[in-house]
Amino acid sequence: MTRVVTSPVMRFLARRVLYSLIVMLGVLVVVFALVHLVPGDPVRIALGTRYTPEAYEALRAASGLDRPLYEQFFSYAGSALTGDLGVSFRNGDPVTVTLLERLPATVSLGVVGIIIALLIALPAGVWSALHEGRLSDAIVRVTSQFGVSIPDFWMGILLIAFFATTLHWLPTSGYRPLFDDPAGWLRHIILPGLTVGLVAGAIMTRYIRSAVLDVAAMGYVRTARSKGLPPRVVTMRHTVRNAAIPVLTITGIQLATILSGVIVVEVVFAWPGLGRLVYNAVAARDYPIIQGAVLLIAALFLLINLVVDLLYAVVDPRIRLS
Amino acid sequence: MTTQEQSSRVSSLRLLAGNPVTVGSAIVLAVVLVVAVTAQWIVPFGTNDVDVPNALRPPSGEHWFGTDELGRDVFSRVLVAVQASMRVAVVSVAFAVVVGVTIGVIAGYRGGWLDTVVMRMVDVMFAFPVLLLALAVVAILGPGVTTTILAIGIVYTPIFARVARASTLSVRVEPFVQASRTMGTGHLFTLGRHILPNIAGPLIVQTSLSLAFAILSEAALSFLGLGIQPPQPSLGRMIFDSQGFVTLAWWMAVFPGAAIVVTVLAFNLLGDGLRDVLDPKQRTMIEARRRSG
Amino acid sequence: MADPVLSVRDLRVRIGRREIVRGVSFDVERDATLGIVGESGSGKSMTVLAATGLLDAPGAVVTGTSTLAGTSDSAPTQLVGASPRTLRDVHGGRIGFVFQDPGTSLNPLLTVERQITESLEAHRNMTRRQATERALELIEAVGLPDPQTRLNSYPHQLSGGQRQRVMIAIALACDPELLIADEPTTALDVTTQAQIIELVRELQRDFGTAVVWISHDLGVIGQVADDVTVLQDGQAVEQAPILDVFDRPQQPYTRELLESRPLVGDKGPPPVESDAPVLLRVDGLDVRFAVSTPVGRSTVHAVKDLTFQIRRGSTLGLVGESGSGKSTVAGALTGLVEPDAGSASLDGSDVFGARGAAAKALRRRISLVFQDPYSSLNPRMRVGAAIEEPLRVHRLAKGKQARRKRVAELLELVGLPGAFASRYPHELSGGQRQRVSIARALAGEPDLLILDESTASLDVSVQARVLDLLADLQRELHLAYLFIAHDLAVIQRVSHDVLVMRDGAAVEYRPAAELFDSPEQDYTRELLAAVPPSRPRAAVSGD
Repeated sequence: MTRVVTSPVMRFLARRVLYSLIVMLGVLVVVFALVHLVPGDPVRIALGTRYTPEAYEALRAASGLDRPLYEQFFSYAGSALTGDLGVSFRNGDPVTVTLLERLPATVSLGVVGIIIALLIALPAGVWSALHEGRLSDAIVRVTSQFGVSIPDFWMGILLIAFFATTLHWLPTSGYRPLFDDPAGWLRHIILPGLTVGLVAGAIMTRYIRSAVLDVAAMGYVRTARSKGLPPRVVTMRHTVRNAAIPVLTITGIQLATILSGVIVVEVVFAWPGLGRLVYNAVAARDYPIIQGAVLLIAALFLLINLVVDLLYAVVDPRIRLS
Repeated sequence: MTTQEQSSRVSSLRLLAGNPVTVGSAIVLAVVLVVAVTAQWIVPFGTNDVDVPNALRPPSGEHWFGTDELGRDVFSRVLVAVQASMRVAVVSVAFAVVVGVTIGVIAGYRGGWLDTVVMRMVDVMFAFPVLLLALAVVAILGPGVTTTILAIGIVYTPIFARVARASTLSVRVEPFVQASRTMGTGHLFTLGRHILPNIAGPLIVQTSLSLAFAILSEAALSFLGLGIQPPQPSLGRMIFDSQGFVTLAWWMAVFPGAAIVVTVLAFNLLGDGLRDVLDPKQRTMIEARRRSG
Repeated sequence: MADPVLSVRDLRVRIGRREIVRGVSFDVERDATLGIVGESGSGKSMTVLAATGLLDAPGAVVTGTSTLAGTSDSAPTQLVGASPRTLRDVHGGRIGFVFQDPGTSLNPLLTVERQITESLEAHRNMTRRQATERALELIEAVGLPDPQTRLNSYPHQLSGGQRQRVMIAIALACDPELLIADEPTTALDVTTQAQIIELVRELQRDFGTAVVWISHDLGVIGQVADDVTVLQDGQAVEQAPILDVFDRPQQPYTRELLESRPLVGDKGPPPVESDAPVLLRVDGLDVRFAVSTPVGRSTVHAVKDLTFQIRRGSTLGLVGESGSGKSTVAGALTGLVEPDAGSASLDGSDVFGARGAAAKALRRRISLVFQDPYSSLNPRMRVGAAIEEPLRVHRLAKGKQARRKRVAELLELVGLPGAFASRYPHELSGGQRQRVSIARALAGEPDLLILDESTASLDVSVQARVLDLLADLQRELHLAYLFIAHDLAVIQRVSHDVLVMRDGAAVEYRPAAELFDSPEQDYTRELLAAVPPSRPRAAVSGD
């Protein structure tokens, strides 16, 4: 047991976890600072037309905004650790509950998106790298360049216009939870998933292609050829396998990016996820929600990076065995 | 006698010119630039000339891109919107380059605790997804052009800091920089004559790519209503407004979107072409291919 | 007399408009080693890769014939223009390959065992179990201790020499008729190199494999080859049995190659006056480095309590293998590395403790020339500007005119035309670039010049000329040199005194003549024994 605990992998992971916690702390500080940098009085703005002196005092006291700044920070940080992120300015619901309600929709979108992206990018990136300079490579490169240049909300609108409004094959918006209605879940997630996945796929194709090209130029690929191994073995066991690490990296980055960029797609498809929540909260100056959502997304980001690091250790013996 | 190594090196400009795709994008960008500078003078119609009887007209000789739901000429609006987009992109990326490169070069050159502290801060910023951070900035400062520029500028600073730092680190350990140190050369001279000219390559490539992303980000922010505010036309807002009319008036959605795609694509292709020429590894491959052709 | 294993006739390789290999022919006899020797740009690697069908350069056109001898079951095989199928059978099955760089020639994600067994599975149709047994035999045959553990190791867990042994095991796995070794020992230490040479000879005897050994080093060729082909500019300039090439070279180029070689036993530099004062004194130099790996931090003790001195106008040769700490010494003297203990004085001025203006003055008086001519000069700075830098920094010439004049003088001093001042480094050859680095190092009129492996990356003939230049400069300018190298023959040629280092500590420190005549320490003897002798092995064994 001690051997597992003190093994190089565990030490590596421990350092990464510690590092992530420090970054989380930094995020906490930034998030807190952002909100409190707002010019103008958040309470007054939040109340808007419902302003009365009593309501003002009440909301202010309830939000703790009458206490000194550092006290507010520690109290916020403290309760954040216990899962209490305050209550929404708009409707008084606990922030944590609201966030958790909206999380599944965003996560499904993210997962479906990344799966679609991988299904496109892995074959396309590897194929185009192995056929570098030929026509198929040129086609992949041009297509992926287009994919990277298209605004995702535009693609979403066009997809809706085509498949939903015109052809009536798919619904225009909305979400069905997976476990309640699998068929409905699928029908509703196709268009937004495609919107997210196609763009992410284009980005990943370019990255994977470049990674495979780098590996193909390495000495051990020449050694593999010099052994007279069948081309498929050279490709899979030597070239592609060594590209696994950069592929892991980009997948992690993309997943994290999707979770954030998903805001716009959620707005287009009226998707009840974290993105749309943040968007509405920004419009309404609902700071507890904004704070909580940003915190959650940053935490997810870091968690994804941590998992990617763990997978590195699994895949690469140089990290596993010092 | 020994052989002289190949001493002929094709100049960068010639290599760039040899790639038709890069040349094409440069031309497209030149056109976009011209539009960006002269838009307000070359538009056939006012961008807010409402003309309801002529609403939702398809593209014609008079209205090249058709009219929107208020009868406004889409072509004129697109031109002015492109101008606004380019302005936002150029200013915000300029901000990111100046701040990011300064931070990155200093962190990479000095190393030590300064490097660690600065890069941890950059890491924290990286933990924030781009759009989210931009949203947060906009939330604090209120929507509008200035806020958009600031938001995008702040959000893209980390990537330049990272690229500048990474390049500085790898150039710093090159023997010619170490030789400079052993000569007793001052830091300023070393930075100016040795480091900066040799990190320019990756930075130029990154600038081109960031300009592309800045345009996409601005469009996204405008789409959400947080960027350029109406009645100023913006590509993102135009696409948002087109949502109700897509099946009736496809030109309201297609042309603004196409303008975005064309400009972003041109920046991306140019960036790729520049990378091929400026990255020494890529470059030897291209030179080899050129010579064998 | 059996026919040769490989018979190459009029091999040509053209890329674009340039012909890189221009009509080369050679035979590889059974049970013998063909040495192919040439400097950089001679096309030696490309020739052999093209002859064996392994060349993978875009746009390369290969013509000529390369015939692999038939066996009892098959006809001779033509390798030039052969189908991929045929080549796949030949590669690994009948021809094995060992490449130069052990660092990148092995797949980092696969165990040693897997990298051997996959060859066996592909060619010999073995089951996994049979292949593993054979892999174990091979690992033992290449002399790796603790074979079972080695089989389960990953490449990054092995040293450079061990990795080359693994490469040899892989190459010989399917018992090929021919082994191609492309600069297999160039990246290794001299002692490891000697071991690998022995290993290949032994294996050749045991397995009866023919070998083609490619190298730029005539000394190595002398140790391994039975026949030699000398390549220059893509052409075979001389082809003869080894003794003929060494003793009766016919071509001027071959003679030049032989004469340019620094050899142990050659005469050393002209002596220094016995009353020459001590210029540099180093006492108890100690340097430690902190290293962080993905799993934590540790310390490397790079230099341990080193003491030496250098007299004016003389050369101290600092010799050691990789990891000996010799470059760290250079770093400490030039301010790149902060020593942890010890003191040094240059003509009385404190070196390690100097700060501010005193430190800057020292930078002028101690100058450094690096190893790699390609990265020692800023690619974006003209030659003249590079040489000028010390003049500007130390305000040694007032005004642009004065500086330009001085740069022209320095260029002349190192034997380069003044017109080079306006060129960029990439327009110059490796040897020319090193001369520019020397000119730059001399601009500040230093007392001590440190040469850190400054000729190690140069072709042998170019190296000879640069060493001549350095000798002239030492005489004319009365310079002291700290000459750092791993090549003992070069050290003997230039040094008055020698300091042998190992693992950061001094092993032996004596006047050169004494050390080479009668080395006291075992390690020194080991190093000397590992240096390929001037006479080929065949001469000694009376072949």
